[in-house]
Amino acid sequence: MDFATIVEMAKSSWVLWLMALFIFIVFWAFRPKNKKRFEEDAKMIFKDDENGGANHGGN
Amino acid sequence: MNQAIAMPTYDDEVVKKFVIAASFWGIVGFLVGITIAFQLAYPILNLDLEWTSFGRLRPVHTSAVIFAFGGNILIGSSLYIVQRTCRVPLFGGPKLANMVFWGYQIFIVLAASGYVLGVTQSKEYAEPEWYTDIWLTVIWVMYLVVFAGTLIKRKESHIYVANWFFLAFIITVALLHIGNNVALPVSWFGAKSYIAWAGVRDAMTQWWYGHNAVGFFLTAGFLGMMYYFIPKQAQRPVYSYRLSVIHFWAITFLYIWAGPHHLHYTALPDWAQTLGMTFSIMLWMPSWGGMINGIMTLSGAWDKLRTDPVLRFLVTSVGFYGMSTFEGPLMAIKVVNSLSHYTDWTIGHVHSGALGWNALVSFGALYYLVPKLWNRERLYSLRLVNLHFWFATMGIVLYITAMWISGIMQGLMWRTYDSLGFLQYSFIESVEAMHPYYVIRAVGGVLFLVGAIIMVYNLWMTAKGRTRDEAPIALAPSASSAGN
Repeated sequence: MDFATIVEMAKSSWVLWLMALFIFIVFWAFRPKNKKRFEEDAKMIFKDDENGGANHGGN
Repeated sequence: MNQAIAMPTYDDEVVKKFVIAASFWGIVGFLVGITIAFQLAYPILNLDLEWTSFGRLRPVHTSAVIFAFGGNILIGSSLYIVQRTCRVPLFGGPKLANMVFWGYQIFIVLAASGYVLGVTQSKEYAEPEWYTDIWLTVIWVMYLVVFAGTLIKRKESHIYVANWFFLAFIITVALLHIGNNVALPVSWFGAKSYIAWAGVRDAMTQWWYGHNAVGFFLTAGFLGMMYYFIPKQAQRPVYSYRLSVIHFWAITFLYIWAGPHHLHYTALPDWAQTLGMTFSIMLWMPSWGGMINGIMTLSGAWDKLRTDPVLRFLVTSVGFYGMSTFEGPLMAIKVVNSLSHYTDWTIGHVHSGALGWNALVSFGALYYLVPKLWNRERLYSLRLVNLHFWFATMGIVLYITAMWISGIMQGLMWRTYDSLGFLQYSFIESVEAMHPYYVIRAVGGVLFLVGAIIMVYNLWMTAKGRTRDEAPIALAPSASSAGN
């Protein structure tokens, strides 16, 4: 199998590549290990509030 | 959470300019919209002049509301948000950002003056000729440099999700704009040019552009605003940040394929039409995921909707986002499209998205931004915000219901046969039947404009530092909402 054939195969299976990538993103987003990190990220926009965002832990 | 973070000085002067420009172009765009709405109801208002005819004023309206009003508030709020979420001033400083501002206003004037004089390449939402297209490309790349440069030099490790949407908006619009405007001018100093693509390829390129202008200009960009302004105004983090990650990538992966649904039952190959329809239906999922995410941000704080009309603007806009992104895929289904295409139903659908989603979220953003930018404690009057809200929603309801009725009636009249197999109605009969709905639609537009004028007055007084002496909006359990 030469390089051109591999490129051809990779090209024609782009829909699988994109699907796999998307499934990986979903896995990454909902991985329990990342839960806390995303919750922190959601609160970062309150850092510039006067009280340092202390009020916004309610959710 | 870190305490006592040192706040840098942000470049807000240019954001102020974008806010003023958005308010100005908004009024202009709505006014031209009402003009052409009345022209449809009373054709004499075309004045028998080529410069004021419906065909030339219509792109003035669409470009003014989408690119001038929408574009200015998008660029302005993206520059406001990127500085605060990266905690650095703009890359390139006020100078580069000001060049983007003035360059963009020149683009608007170049485009609009061309339309009135009959200079157009006849592509919907991409009417400007080659010289205006090249100008916009330069300005847009400068905007990308400012935005991406600010992201690169950020002092926060994480890039907040609103910025992802803005970046997707900027990059995709650049690709779409260039791809759809590959044109060769006929002469060195003439305005006329011809597009590189021919026939159905041109049509497909146009609607690849057209639908993704909806997807990445009117959706992704405004979602960036939603993901910042709703949590800030509600004072709570977004309902699910993880859902926002999925929302972003699902929209990015799916939207780009939906364009062919504008070309059902045309010379476009059948498989491409079906592909476009399928991807349009799949868009239901991310759209509703995003809508739920925006609205549920208020869970546990629903009472704020009663006491904070600014938040009401923002949340109602997300409701309309959900509604019009439900209607859109429905209309992309071939059999539904065979009834709805070329009728007023499409116009009603566009306006439930444009007025209900884009304009309402922009009004919310303007009400949020002006007190902050001009360093005022609160808006001049929350009661006027409330009044604006009701004018705007009443206007939208009149507009979209009138267009639903007239659109479906139009579609049915065009496909009604008599017992001998002849068409039951002549075309002009269907035009006559539209008249009352055109009047109702125009009245809806007037209400919407009145609301916007109230807003401009309110923002003007706020910037001047005045506060109206008035009773609070409702008997609020927590009376602290006024100062957001």
